[in-house]
Amino acid sequence: MKQENKKNKYEPDARGFYGDFGGAFIPEMLQHNIDELLNSYRLIINDTSFREEYELLLSDYAGRPSPLYYAKRLSERYGTCIYLKREDLNHTGSHKINNALGQVLLAERMGKKRIIAETGAGQHGVATATVCALRGLECIVYMGACDVARQAPNVARMEMLGAKVVPVNSGNKTLKDATNEAIRDWIAHPADTYYVIGSVVGPHPYPEMVAMFQSVISEEIKAQLLQKTGRDYPDAVIACVGGGSNAAGAFVNYIDNDKVRLYGAEGGGKGADTSLTAATMAVGTTGILHGSMILLMQDKYGQITEPYSISAGLDYPGVGPLHSHLHRTGRAEYMPVNDDEALAAALLTTRLEGIIPALESAHALALLERIRFNPDEIVVVNLSGRGDKDMETYLQK
Amino acid sequence: MNRLKDFLGKKPSDILSVYFTAGFPSLNDTTEIIKSLQNENADIIEIGIPFSDPMADGPVIQESNERAIKNGMNLDMLFDQLSKIRDDITIPLVIMSYFNPVFKYGVDHFCRKCNNSGISGLIIPDLPFEEYSEKYLRMYKENDLCYIPLITDKTNDERIKMLSDAADGFLYIVSSSIITGGKTDVGVNREYYSHIRELVPQKPFLIGFGIQDSTAFSNACRNADGAIVGTAFIRALTQNEGDVCKKTKKFVKDIRGK
Repeated sequence: MKQENKKNKYEPDARGFYGDFGGAFIPEMLQHNIDELLNSYRLIINDTSFREEYELLLSDYAGRPSPLYYAKRLSERYGTCIYLKREDLNHTGSHKINNALGQVLLAERMGKKRIIAETGAGQHGVATATVCALRGLECIVYMGACDVARQAPNVARMEMLGAKVVPVNSGNKTLKDATNEAIRDWIAHPADTYYVIGSVVGPHPYPEMVAMFQSVISEEIKAQLLQKTGRDYPDAVIACVGGGSNAAGAFVNYIDNDKVRLYGAEGGGKGADTSLTAATMAVGTTGILHGSMILLMQDKYGQITEPYSISAGLDYPGVGPLHSHLHRTGRAEYMPVNDDEALAAALLTTRLEGIIPALESAHALALLERIRFNPDEIVVVNLSGRGDKDMETYLQK
Repeated sequence: MNRLKDFLGKKPSDILSVYFTAGFPSLNDTTEIIKSLQNENADIIEIGIPFSDPMADGPVIQESNERAIKNGMNLDMLFDQLSKIRDDITIPLVIMSYFNPVFKYGVDHFCRKCNNSGISGLIIPDLPFEEYSEKYLRMYKENDLCYIPLITDKTNDERIKMLSDAADGFLYIVSSSIITGGKTDVGVNREYYSHIRELVPQKPFLIGFGIQDSTAFSNACRNADGAIVGTAFIRALTQNEGDVCKKTKKFVKDIRGK
């Protein structure tokens, strides 16, 4: 087992590379912002007062630790021991609050007054708007015009929280384009603005930092499993992967433990062999997007292809550098889960456990159908968010 | 022979470098625009490779990129077009591209094709200097391509010197903290430009981003060796009357203020 201060072998190097992936592929206009961020990040991660403030908010405001729930009826159904990590019970309804709290506190310490964020389904936008309301900071959320239209309840939440939601009309008007626009804003406002990236993507140090703020998920799983089973690790962890932040949080404390198998569920859309897919690991190749070298859905000439998934949170054409590396090295196994499999898994979990999962998390649950586990094995599924935002989709199907 | 180095070796002033997006407005306009710019006495031509996600560009160049991709522009197509006019072009050509299309094409392969097509230098904004110097410098050198770095008013002195040492063409000085197509008042930043001149007195530098009209251009020329104009030209190609030759002619005349 990993010693506390020993660097695990899957941490990035000084320039943010996880093996072949990562780095900071940014124009000079962002160099100063990134240098400033990196220096501030290095300071706060070892700062006791920061950690105390962050942890207090995680517990008293966000409601952590989130329960690790033994799902008895799902376990019976699949003939193994299934635990659900209940990130859906966090304030704002998903794991996104862990990262938003951390980064906004960091922004405050850097003296930044203006917070910007990108959002796809709206979960990260809502989490960021929430923390900005809590701290009295200006908040601007970029959201693809298509997503603004199809995620109206989350737009309303952000606006009620005082955030300005800016619809993005470039490209395909979804998450990728919202991210481009947020980067442009950051280029144009280097002095007073902090960019809260919502996933383990973007230039170094974002992937490392977001994984760090999400690592509380697997930290808690360790303590909770130890208490419930006498052992602090499961046989397998399953999480869904869009950019990959909840999976990074669920994996990170187990990456160096070879006894733990790691599974990621990608948005397969209509099938990884069709053009309607977001299964980056299955169909992607190495490339550079949003400042990082990652696995990417792109054509022969390096134009980014549009992803598709029924779940807006998995609808991203790349996957963060940590996951790209875990995939390439074979440390984690990633599988595309199609829309219909996710919908079936959502319904099953709802009926067996009384939990309506987010569409994203339903992709992780669907892997229980695919992977055979022994009766005495312990499987943790990261239930990254709740399904309230997806009711319209669920009711249509 | 590198036409950009030859040109800069003559210590020119009031350099007009014009950016346009390859394959825009129509797929085959690339060669016409290059020939017209040469005829109208532009000094350097910056050929933009369209990319689906141009993160440092404003709406005008974004739209030109989108349109060019829809028109079918890609690197093979561009190199094919350039080969047809190779013997007619005598002014320096540089390529501006985001890194992904170049990386996907293969940087080595790309550099060789550039050399064969008469390209003198490369501007790749999201290829960081450290990556360039470790992995790609050799390919640039072997193909006689100038490394053209961007510098902003936030770039510190040490870094300016390092980038300048590596630059074998000109320095691309970003006027202020904006994306392309914003408005800039070159006069405001006079100290920044004179500081760069003092730091690296031998290195030619051009000001780009936000050079919208002849006033901005002549202001830039008072503070630097010249300026780069992109958005304003793309706008002219979209809006001015007539064919691309006429549009180019009017544009160059207007921007030079003559």
